[in-house]
Parts: sequence; structure tokens; C-alpha cells
Amino acid sequence: MTTAIHVRGLTKRYGDVRAIDGLDLEIRQGEVFAILGPNGAGKSTTVEILEGYRKRDSGEVRVLGVDPQKATREWRAKLGIVLQTANDAAELTVRETIRHFAGYYPASGDPDEVIAKVGLTEKADVRIRKLSGGQRRRVDVALGVIGNPELVFLDEPTTGFDPEARRQFWDLIKGLAAEGTTIVLTTHYLDEAEALAGRVAVIAQGRIVAEGDPATLGGRAAAKARVSWLDGVIETDTPTETVLELAARFDGEIPGLAVTRPTLEDIYLTLIEAPRV
Amino acid sequence: MSDTIALGLSRAGLETRMFFREKDAVIFTFSFPIILLVLFGSIFADQFKGTGITVSQVYTAGLIGAGVMGAAFQNLGIGIAIDREDGTLKRLAGTPMPRSAYFVGKMLSSLVIALLEVLILLAIGVFLYGLDLPTEFSAWVTLTWVLVLGLAGAALLGIAASSLPRSAKSAAAVISMPFVVLQFISGVYIPFTELPPWLINISSVFPLKWMCQGLRSVFLGEEGAQLELTGSYELGRVALVLAAWLIGGLVLCLMTFRWKGRRDG
Repeated sequence: MTTAIHVRGLTKRYGDVRAIDGLDLEIRQGEVFAILGPNGAGKSTTVEILEGYRKRDSGEVRVLGVDPQKATREWRAKLGIVLQTANDAAELTVRETIRHFAGYYPASGDPDEVIAKVGLTEKADVRIRKLSGGQRRRVDVALGVIGNPELVFLDEPTTGFDPEARRQFWDLIKGLAAEGTTIVLTTHYLDEAEALAGRVAVIAQGRIVAEGDPATLGGRAAAKARVSWLDGVIETDTPTETVLELAARFDGEIPGLAVTRPTLEDIYLTLIEAPRV
Repeated sequence: MSDTIALGLSRAGLETRMFFREKDAVIFTFSFPIILLVLFGSIFADQFKGTGITVSQVYTAGLIGAGVMGAAFQNLGIGIAIDREDGTLKRLAGTPMPRSAYFVGKMLSSLVIALLEVLILLAIGVFLYGLDLPTEFSAWVTLTWVLVLGLAGAALLGIAASSLPRSAKSAAAVISMPFVVLQFISGVYIPFTELPPWLINISSVFPLKWMCQGLRSVFLGEEGAQLELTGSYELGRVALVLAAWLIGGLVLCLMTFRWKGRRDG
């Protein structure tokens, strides 16, 4: 597989603060990659450097083979950027906006098809000002993909969504991923990373503190399981054995039985705590 | 280059549509010169002695200048400050759109707005205050170059000034304040004969005074020249100062324009 994004030793300072402090990242073409981290960890700064919005202090960065600081129009045409907050074009309709932006790209998709893909066909002639927050973000996604990009950046795309809108939005992103688009996503929501991403990286204090499959991140799969029942708790490497023993002891149904492993959230919280010690 | 022109035209259409759908901005831009012209024209109906020119006709010429500057300088200064804050500029900077297309769009849309304003003010002048439209071809040529040079210079100044406000909220105040002051010292509302020399010296640096002077030459004709400070419309100097502002405005834009908001670092 070819590399979509290659980062080595990236640093960025704001005054005395080291926002990014020696960050390495390798994202392959066609994967959905989530960047997790608390506020101020350097997520957005990293993504904005990759998008060509910010300059780095040092390090090596290649996005689709190009240094983002030397962005050309050809390179921008292969990129889709879904901004974190945007309230522009409020007085235009969805269709007017998407059609206009299609004109910027040499290989743009059909505006009406893209509108259908993000589920806004019924709202196509409504002014953007009148859309709900979730619908507004769908317009942002449509604008991000109208140029048929190879790589799409999504910066905290579902912040402020209700649960149903989030699920629908996830389906939209899964659809894009299924078409082979490389997706880089930053998010606060661990369930979102788990639902969408093939790989995740956790950033804390400007560095990657863990990277991998969300199911095994930070030794999650190898961690001890917790077997709990009405009047006891055991942490064990062999939960099946424990449950069989308990079943024998209770002679059948174990009252209040639960077998759990650490959630991604448990792992995440230990990961972002660790470097602060 | 052909992309810049095609996309610039496309943006001009979009910008114009957005402007006219934003009722507040339409009222803000159009109402001031129109209301003030009707108001001042009705209050000061006298004639200047021995000229056959009425004060309201002088106001029409001056307010056309102010209206053009409002459509260009004020409208762009505030509009771009808002674009910078609401994500318009950031989004565009992330697309392959040639950046110059944005400016082409802004300038052309302010041209459309300014022309409409000029037509409305002229209609008021002609129908209410007996203003005569020029009959000589040369006067129409003067009108064209004064409007085009003045508008382009004012638009570039507006683009440069859009970087001054700290936020979209403060933009209207930060941009409108100097514009209102400039109107008072540039002979739009108060004749130069009433102003102290030091104020006239200040206003002579800026384009509005010269644009209005050029417009008076078109609409007031030879008889009006004696009302000017120097007894002449000085069209050569008008052209020179407006052209200088066009170039200066362009340099200022290239040096100061920011695609990011202050909070975007």
C-alpha cells in the first residue's frame, strides 16, 4: 500500500509552548485514521499543518507526496477539508453552494449526486442559514468531497450532534471510506473512533503516545478481564474458567454476572494521564 | 489566468446574490446616501449666487461619490472582515480556487452595487432637484473614468482595511467611523469654503474629495467651477490622485491581507 501521509519529527511552538513536540505519523492510502487527544494536545495544529494552513517549525511532512507548505492548486484539488466550525454562505442554498464549489475542481463530482450522498436532496433548495447543525455539517462534508478527493480531513465532525445525527453521520463517513477515500479524522469521542477508524493515534502534549487498532490499543486486548457478580469481583486472564467455576458454585445461573474488558475510554484516559506524571 | 477570470465571474455572481439576500447589508449600504440626499436636498434648497446651481445639485454629486465609496470601501471592509471570521476565507484557502478569483469577485460585485446606487441617486437628483444629465460626450467619458478609478481605489482600500477590525462584530464601527469622518471633510455634506485649511489638507490626501470633485465637473458644468476652492475642477490632479490610490491600495492589500482570523493563529 502507498503512503498518504508521512510525518517525521514534526515540531511547532507558540511562544514558549511546544504545541507539537517531535511527532511521527504514517497514514496509508485508503485507511480511516482517527487522531484522539484532549483539548490543547496538538490535534488541530497537526491537522492544520497537514492541510497546509499552518507552517511547521521543523520536521518532515509529506501529504500525497507533497510538502503542504509548498501547496499547489493541483495538490489542493486532491484534498478535501471539512472545517471544524464554519458559518459561511448562510444566504445561499445548498445546491447553489455545492455547484459553485464544483467549479473549483478539475475532476468534480455531480453536484446533485453529492447532495444525495450526504442525504440533503430534500433540502437542496433551502438556504443554508435555515439548516440544523447536523445538516450544516453535511453541507461541509459535501463541500469537502465535491472535488472527488483522494484524502479527506474531518476535524471534530460530530461535536454538538444528537445521538441519531451522529449515527447517520457515521454511515456517511463509512460510505466514503468504502469508496476508497483516505480519511483522517480528529475527534473527542472514543466511540466514534472505534466505530469508524481502522487505526487510531492518541496525541498528548504534542506527541503520539499510542497508535494502533482501536481493539488492541494500549494493550487493551491483553488486559485482564473483570468478572463481576452479585457479591464478588475477580480480575483474571482466564475469564471463561472463572465463569465455569462460578456456574458450578451457583449450580446454574450466576446472579448479576458481567464480564468486561477495559473500554477504549479506560485505555485512553490512562494514556493521556501517563505523560503528565 | 482563464481560470481566474471564469471563477472570478462565478464568484462575482455568488457575492452579488449573497449581498442582495442579506437584507441588513442592503439597507446599510443603500439607505444612508439616499436618505441623506433627500434630507439635505430638501433642507438646503437655495441657489449659489450667479451660478444657477442649487445646493441640492451639489449634494447629489457629492453623495454619488460617497455612495460609490460606501459600496466599495465600507461594504468590502465590513464584508471581508465577516468572511474572515465565519470561515469563508479559510474554506476558500483550502480549495484549488485561484486566490485572485476571490478579489475579482468582490470587486465586480461592488461595481454592480455601486452602479445601482449611482443610478438611484442620479434619478433622485434629476427628478427631485432638477439636475441635468451631461449632454457632452466628454463629460460621460469623465464620469466613467472617475467612477472606475474611484471605485477600484476605494475597493482596494476596503480590502486592506478589512484586516483592521479585531472581529466581525466590531467591523461595522471600525470601518464606518473613518468613512463618516472622511465624508464630512471631503466636501460631501459641508462645502470646502466652510472648512478650516488643515482639514482640507487632510481630506486632500484621500480619494473621496477628488472623486466628488470629478463628479461635480460632470454634473455642475462650467458654471460650477467657480464654487471650487481653486476655481477649477483640476481634472488632471483628480486622475493623478485616484490612480495613485489605486496603486497604493493594491500594494497595501498585497502587504496586509490575511486569509486567517486573529484567533486562528
